[in-house]
Amino acid sequence: MSYQFDFSFLGERWPAFAEGAWLTIQITLVAIVLGFALGTACALTRVYAHPLVRRLVGGYVEVIRNTPLLVQIFIVYFGIASLGFKLSADVSALIALVVNLGAYTTEIMRAGIESIPKTQVEAADCLGLSRLQVIANIVLLPAIERVYPALTSQFVLMMLASSITSQISVEELTAIANVVQSETYRSFEVYVVVALVYLALSLIFRVGFWAVGTVLFFRRRRLGAAL
Amino acid sequence: MVQFNSVHVLYLFEAAKWTIALSLIAFTGGAVLGVPLALARVSGFKMLRLAAAGYIQVIQGTPLLIVLFLSYFGLSIAGYRLDPLVAAGLSLTLYSGAFLGEIWRGCIEAVPRTQGEAADCLGLSRLQQYIYVILPQAMRIATPLTVGFMVQVVKSTSLASIIGFVELSRAGQIINNSTFQPFLVFALVGAIYFVICYPLSVASRRLERRFHVAR
Repeated sequence: MSYQFDFSFLGERWPAFAEGAWLTIQITLVAIVLGFALGTACALTRVYAHPLVRRLVGGYVEVIRNTPLLVQIFIVYFGIASLGFKLSADVSALIALVVNLGAYTTEIMRAGIESIPKTQVEAADCLGLSRLQVIANIVLLPAIERVYPALTSQFVLMMLASSITSQISVEELTAIANVVQSETYRSFEVYVVVALVYLALSLIFRVGFWAVGTVLFFRRRRLGAAL
Repeated sequence: MVQFNSVHVLYLFEAAKWTIALSLIAFTGGAVLGVPLALARVSGFKMLRLAAAGYIQVIQGTPLLIVLFLSYFGLSIAGYRLDPLVAAGLSLTLYSGAFLGEIWRGCIEAVPRTQGEAADCLGLSRLQQYIYVILPQAMRIATPLTVGFMVQVVKSTSLASIIGFVELSRAGQIINNSTFQPFLVFALVGAIYFVICYPLSVASRRLERRFHVAR
């Protein structure tokens, strides 16, 4: 094979890659915050609300978890636009990612909430904690603590899945790669570089989540238990 | 402008067959790759363990889309022209192999250590331990998880549309380009995916419950 590897495009193109990576990080962070909020709310509903509402949330979770993200993105971007609401690609992508992550978070958080023994809640009630205090301190925080590894690996998968938003022209890392490879004809090198950037990003996210975890669950750290 | 009609629906069903075919290729390939990976992850040789772990980390840390681009565009520039189906099958195999390897490793490790020790006491060789004691129990634990992962595989075949392979998602795009009824078309595409995936999800949950009770 006489193929010569040529990474010289990096010299002038690296700012574009950096910009794309930055947008990927931004999209991911926003999607994580909103998706986590949506998922937690849905999980609480799924455990405590009226049976009919529970079924509704269950339906949302099943529909999202059994259809591809790509199709969800198309429905939001092309579908909603055809109904007369003009959304930018970035906003559409974000909506799709939040709705998608929300469904997965619901399932994970539900497992966490259901793992909290009922007696804990009863004990808190006896101590005179308000409903909100019980939900926040007795149910949610320990629940998050228990499912934290599952939750964060879902978040990292979401970061990787955000590459699909390049298909509706969101200018994130993968879209940048597509542009650069079509202009330099160095597709192999371009995608290898981008794969390495994604690898670095997932490492950064994992370390970040671990750091957040040690701060958030200080009680567990004091007990000396591993996260 | 063409109105969406029954011919389009038939076209979608036809394309769904390719989605299923690609899923089967990906799952079979992934299983063939996943078994040695899982065994390597629990092997006594450090080099083997590290190599398998490294491979899994790399695949799980890069988007499937990039793997797909690498095998389709990347390899073609390096002189290997791959058909979209081959490129998609290859990348989905690499992808599901890594995930299945990791899932199955967990299942092997979930078998209580005492089982292996007991087999050791009975004089079984390491190979015999795996074949007669550990793997049958691990398979029991692995079944619901594996069926659950199949849903993931079916959904990820939608990415093959991006390199131009005409499966369900690509067929949806093609129809949408001529009918301009994206909401209807993609809702239908989503519904077909749901029909394929939902039974797998339900089966996975049922299996999990059954094995839970049995244990």
